[in-house]
Amino acid sequence: MIDLPRNPIWLWLKKNFFSSPFNIVLTLLLLYVATKLLWNFIDWAVLQAIWSGDASTCRQSEGACWAYVREKARYVLFGHYPYEEQWRPQLFVAIFFLLSLLTQFKRCWSKHLVAAWVVLPLGAALLMWGGFFGLPHVEMQEWGGLPLTLALAFLGISASYPIGIVLALARRSEMPIIRALSVIYIEVIRGVPLISLLFMAAVMFPLFLPEGVTISKVLRAQVAIIMFASAYMAEVVRGGLQSLSKGQYEAADAIGLSYTKKMVFVILPQALKTVIAPTVNTFIGLFKDTSLVFIISLSDMMFTTQASLQDADWLGFTIEGYIFAALIYFVFCYFISFSSSRLERELKV
Amino acid sequence: MQQKLEKAAVADLGHARQPRPLSDEIAVKISGLHKWFAGFHALRGISLSVRKGETVVVCGPSGSGKSTLIRCINRLEVHDKGRITVGGTLLSNDIRDIERIRADVGMVFQQFNLFPHLNVLSNLTLGPIWVKKTPRPAAEQSALANLKRVHIEEQAYKYPSQLSGGQQQRVAIARSLCMNPSLLLFDEPTSALDPEMIKEVLEVMMGLSREGITMIVVTHEMNFANMVADRVIFMDEGEIVEQNTPEEFFANPQHERSKLFLSQIL
Repeated sequence: MIDLPRNPIWLWLKKNFFSSPFNIVLTLLLLYVATKLLWNFIDWAVLQAIWSGDASTCRQSEGACWAYVREKARYVLFGHYPYEEQWRPQLFVAIFFLLSLLTQFKRCWSKHLVAAWVVLPLGAALLMWGGFFGLPHVEMQEWGGLPLTLALAFLGISASYPIGIVLALARRSEMPIIRALSVIYIEVIRGVPLISLLFMAAVMFPLFLPEGVTISKVLRAQVAIIMFASAYMAEVVRGGLQSLSKGQYEAADAIGLSYTKKMVFVILPQALKTVIAPTVNTFIGLFKDTSLVFIISLSDMMFTTQASLQDADWLGFTIEGYIFAALIYFVFCYFISFSSSRLERELKV
Repeated sequence: MQQKLEKAAVADLGHARQPRPLSDEIAVKISGLHKWFAGFHALRGISLSVRKGETVVVCGPSGSGKSTLIRCINRLEVHDKGRITVGGTLLSNDIRDIERIRADVGMVFQQFNLFPHLNVLSNLTLGPIWVKKTPRPAAEQSALANLKRVHIEEQAYKYPSQLSGGQQQRVAIARSLCMNPSLLLFDEPTSALDPEMIKEVLEVMMGLSREGITMIVVTHEMNFANMVADRVIFMDEGEIVEQNTPEEFFANPQHERSKLFLSQIL
């Protein structure tokens, strides 16, 4: 045996990776496979990659074609929105980014920030709509890509949270009818896949509308997403409500607080705080679920990614396209997750 | 029995109480009260009147229904039969009656039940501001005054988790006082406390009793009963078995069950 120095790292390695002949073989084998895979990826994604040029340059190389992403990024991010007007959706995204950033800091929490969260996205949407100050009007069908994904997710989160809270309270209500309605709603919605809800919103729902009345498909999809997320939110909030001791409810009752005040001032602040982690989990799920609207051909970011792959000049760069889309989704979801752990620390959960 | 009582005393609360004259006004009137818990007959026809300014101590073995009795008074439990009248309001199923009585009746719990997400001052002002519509400055002033009353005014801006059990229970008492209650209910207020903290809470309660606040106290602190109560009520199996002045009750219990209880507890 080689006499290795009594360094703790060596001891740790020996204990965990080289403790028996079988383990030595296994470690070396896995090490080989992992290195090989990583090397292949680096070779493909970096060393042999083509960073600029056109499709024919890309086809001559074995590596990744990031030139494709360069070419298609604007389309993936902003869809069919007129090219020279794309500063408007860019501003839309920037506003979301700025607001999210400000919300990170407890110092900035104020009524103004809440107002900004209401007014600015609305203003940004108006800006995208256009039709004033010489800004050309852009039809909603042409909106697409990241702003649509963000809008679906943002409205989905901000509507399903309060609806979920109301459903959770209803589910714990002492009134049997209200309780039953809430249970039925939650169980039915949770029992069907989101895709089926989206199809219903896209195909079945218009059949029930009186003739001449149309509701835009985006709106219908948005409602389906909100309905779906609300049911999940309700169960998360219910968990929080159940985690509080009976004494908190009784103490609030004993003071004479009405039901609403008891919930607003005593129960919900505590209950919602304890379920921040599962709440954010639901939000992240919702953000990614918005990608399903591509199935009913709404041009969210998943749709524009797929559409970009159909370009006859650039056929065959599927992996690059999906990696780009995945990266964008990851950045947003990680940001949400990061914010929530910050929030938990700030609120000392 | 009297000698034994002093030996068993957990907290030395000073001199014995002087019998005092009481007003004729009735604070709470309970008649023919029954309560069932899924077939278990918890209260079997309780009738009881408490006069204004009176301190009544309810004792009895666990499961005798004493907590249930006081929890019926502010509707934390719904009684099945009988009448409860608090300060002229008959307790009915009408939410307005219930809320009026709750605003007028303070309750102190075994587990304190302070609101952990609010600091002490906000715990105290929540009820006055949102139930009694007191303007915030006045509510805060009264909160500070009541904290002083329970000797804890320096803790106003701390959170409940930063306080000891005894301090938390005194804050809970102050929270009840902020509503200017015409009746205070205590549900085993010292049972969750470490022995060295029991005294500070009992002393506060004693002071309130001297001030003439109407109190119904469910407790196992027989020394407190002896020193402070105007009347001791002994309950067993959902019935009031015996009620008397503390002097008579401890020196000369009339019923076998009272004698047994006292011999076990002292």
